Amino acid sequence: MSAGAPALTLDAVSNKTGPTSEALQRHRDAQALAYRCAETVGAGLEAGVTEREVARRMRAFLRENGVADFFHIPFAWFGERTAFRSLKGPWTPLHFFPTNKRLKEGMSYVLDCSPVVDGYVSDIGYAGVLGKPGDNRIFDALMRDLAQYRTLILDRIKAGDTLSEVYAAVDVLIAQQGYESRHKVYPGSVIGHQVGRMTQRRNMGRYAFGFGLRTLETLGREIVTEGIKGRSPLWAGGRASRHAPTPGLWAVEPHIGFRNVGVKFEELLVVTEDDAFWLDDDLPHVRRWQEQGLAAVPVLEGARS
Amino acid sequence: MTQDVRTLAVTVEGGKLSVRTYGDPSKPTVLLVHGYPDTQAVWDGVVSELVDDFHVVTYDTRGIGASKGPLFKHGYTLQLLADDLYAVADIVAPDQPVHLVGHDWGSIQAWEAVTRADSAQRFLSYTSISGPCLDHAAMWTRSGIRKPTPKAAVRSLKQALASWYIVVFHLPVGPRVAWRLGLAKQWPRIIRAMEGTRLDPSPTLHRDGSRGVLYYRANMLPKMRHPEERPTTVPVQVLTPTGDRFVTPALAAQAPAPWTERLYVRKVHGGHWIVVKKPALIAERIREFVQSSIATPGGPEPVRSLLRAEAKQGTKDRPEFEDKLVVITGAGSGIGRATALAFAEKGADIVVADIDSVAAARTVELVELLGARGYPYTVDVSSGEAMEAFANDVKATAGVPDVVVNNAGIGMSGPFLATEVKDWEKILGVNVWGVIHGARCFGEMMRERGEGGHIVNLASAAAYTPSRTLSAYSTSKAAVLMLSECLRAEFARYGIGVSAICPGFIATNITRTTKFVGQSAEQQERTRQRITGLYRRRNFGPDKVAERIVDAVRRDKPVVPVALEAKAGKAISRLSPALARRMAKIDPTG
Ligand SMILES: NC(=O)c1ccc[n+]([C@@H]2O[C@H](COP(=O)([O-])OP(=O)(O)OC[C@H]3O[C@@H](n4cnc5c(N)ncnc54)[C@H](O)[C@@H]3O)[C@@H](O)[C@H]2O)c1
Repeated sequence: MSAGAPALTLDAVSNKTGPTSEALQRHRDAQALAYRCAETVGAGLEAGVTEREVARRMRAFLRENGVADFFHIPFAWFGERTAFRSLKGPWTPLHFFPTNKRLKEGMSYVLDCSPVVDGYVSDIGYAGVLGKPGDNRIFDALMRDLAQYRTLILDRIKAGDTLSEVYAAVDVLIAQQGYESRHKVYPGSVIGHQVGRMTQRRNMGRYAFGFGLRTLETLGREIVTEGIKGRSPLWAGGRASRHAPTPGLWAVEPHIGFRNVGVKFEELLVVTEDDAFWLDDDLPHVRRWQEQGLAAVPVLEGARS
Repeated sequence: MTQDVRTLAVTVEGGKLSVRTYGDPSKPTVLLVHGYPDTQAVWDGVVSELVDDFHVVTYDTRGIGASKGPLFKHGYTLQLLADDLYAVADIVAPDQPVHLVGHDWGSIQAWEAVTRADSAQRFLSYTSISGPCLDHAAMWTRSGIRKPTPKAAVRSLKQALASWYIVVFHLPVGPRVAWRLGLAKQWPRIIRAMEGTRLDPSPTLHRDGSRGVLYYRANMLPKMRHPEERPTTVPVQVLTPTGDRFVTPALAAQAPAPWTERLYVRKVHGGHWIVVKKPALIAERIREFVQSSIATPGGPEPVRSLLRAEAKQGTKDRPEFEDKLVVITGAGSGIGRATALAFAEKGADIVVADIDSVAAARTVELVELLGARGYPYTVDVSSGEAMEAFANDVKATAGVPDVVVNNAGIGMSGPFLATEVKDWEKILGVNVWGVIHGARCFGEMMRERGEGGHIVNLASAAAYTPSRTLSAYSTSKAAVLMLSECLRAEFARYGIGVSAICPGFIATNITRTTKFVGQSAEQQERTRQRITGLYRRRNFGPDKVAERIVDAVRRDKPVVPVALEAKAGKAISRLSPALARRMAKIDPTG
């Protein structure tokens, strides 16, 4: 259940402008399952395990829990790969795929999975470290500072900013914190993308470039239909994102890095005609920030203006 | 020399030594041994610097100056010379071990003394200037020959060339006669021509010069032919004067490494006769070493440059800038912050200065995340007084910096006639005066310390690329470039390198703060956004500039254009100034 989502908005979301409250609940359940998967697999990690093996464990967990389809295949990154850095040469899109890199004590990891349950999509990111707090000081600092993005993004969307303005504000905050934007490495440099319900059953469980064929089809269709309205289902910093977010669900994934460590969260943001809220506040990283008193941290001066 | 000097004579086997002691005998004793062809008078300057804090002792070595010695070469073996040294120490400080300092041949003798068994009971520390242990040197030369890597061959060859005089001194008659016949009279002039050092010739120089040749003859060949293993447990500080024509830094630094437990090698600027040329500097190095916990149990932590100087065994992968202090202005953002992180990652401690204290504190946090030490400072670089106070503060809390990066700068763009006087004052204040103040305050400290250093100034490709929209900015950066070139020429003699960095379009915060003169607030906001977007798409990050800055320091580069457009601009300004002039008329901001 969502702890912080205002109840009224669930009903305010009409069929036309976004998912119904019933649909939101289904997305929320899918997201909770995805986070349960990441948390469970994360807690079971041991030194020496490879990225491939971890991706396999995520897939197995989700299958056992009734998931038949994925928005994209599960990803797992270790060490410098959490910051999308390759020790040999530049980073290419092929580097996103799980490798045989082994996890070590004190190493950071990022798990990213997107189970589709009955057509209801979720897409989450989860960062952790093998070891206890203090074992990786850079990770601890990044993770603490990541909380600010959750506040900043929601505030700016609620204030009616365009997606490209929010993107620029995130860039400013990253620069102030002295980190690097790692979502800029994602294809299209996107910080987020729209998600919805995938209804048709054609191509289920088939993948190209790591993304479900259904995903690509749906996205392709969205790009065309939204493009006609001058909007994009992808959220980046350029001209195509110079519009307020289309009402509906957005998977938002700020990914920041410092040296060889990267962290991210990825959650669904609900956007209505006149409001926005995070789909669920009962998530592992949000709970951790709440315990640390960081849940509603003020954003660094300047990033708001 | 007047400070209650006492003279005494110490009788030794085959001679009688003339000894002088200065200062309070209850204070720690520092024993200074002179070289060739000097007498103990060579230490006069150093003595007066040390006498307030130490019981200082000098003596003429056997056969030299006022000391008597035999007439044949067998009376001058290192064995006997080291015996003399122990004899003097036993008389002037019977109950406590002393700190030993040797220069040139005095250093060779002192090495012989500290590498004897049980030397640690007689000596607390040893500072060696320009005179290697002959056994260590012989072993080092052999290892260079045995493993003839090109590097080893070159360093051995360099040292061989520097040792020409040793060969000359082995010629049967020439050298001794030369000293008698007038070399002594010419000697000060020769040294002045070679080293720029003024020596007061001692009245006994003609005799000492000729007698000293026996020192070489008695020891050089036997030691070179049959070197012994001579280890020591006494902590050793080796001072290597730059421009020493007789002992190469490679020999001085590397030869003792296998035979010492705690070795500190420190560069000092000045020639072979640095003890005369810069007595205050030498006294300071001695004082720092002798008073630190290295040489005096319970003493204070060694100063930063001493820590840095420690030659640790088998630690090749020691961070490149460990124990170095780097001062960076404008380090709260962009290139300055990236440079702070780059140096921190390589082991340096960083003084983070910025007008924005929140930003500076944040950089310090990041520096500490990388395991380095950071000192935040809030300072406006355009203020001379503030910079002076800042520099003094840095010196007091963190020490004299090894590297200073004058990076703080602001942007400005727009028509010349729309640029008001206060705009000019503002940009010249930060971009030009800031660099002048930084170079003045810290340059003076570096020169005083005498260990060299490096100053990096952030100019810009705009310094040599004219543009109708950048008259104020380009003017300020051209000034920085020229200032850097002039300083480089001037500071070379102090061992201080100066580099000018000329970046192109770097994605930093500067495009969000640049003042576009002649535009309304609204227009300016739009221009800023557009330019920021352009720079972001250019996608050249400040971290890459930082790497080039580190490299400029590492390799003492004069002018470093960074990013393709900066290199192209430089080429065009050289090859086709006419083209540069045509391009200057384009307005990229309009
Ligand atoms: N970014 C570029 O494209 C570019 C190109 C060529 C040269 N440069 C030069 O590089 C240097 C660094 O610029 P950047 O791009 O990192 O800019 P930046 O704006 O990101 O950082 C400059 C920093 O200097 C500080 N600063 C400004 N005025 C100051 C003052 N009076 N006293 C102390 N600190 C002050 C600011 O607070 C800021 O933290 C500047 O000298 C700039 O002219 C930049």
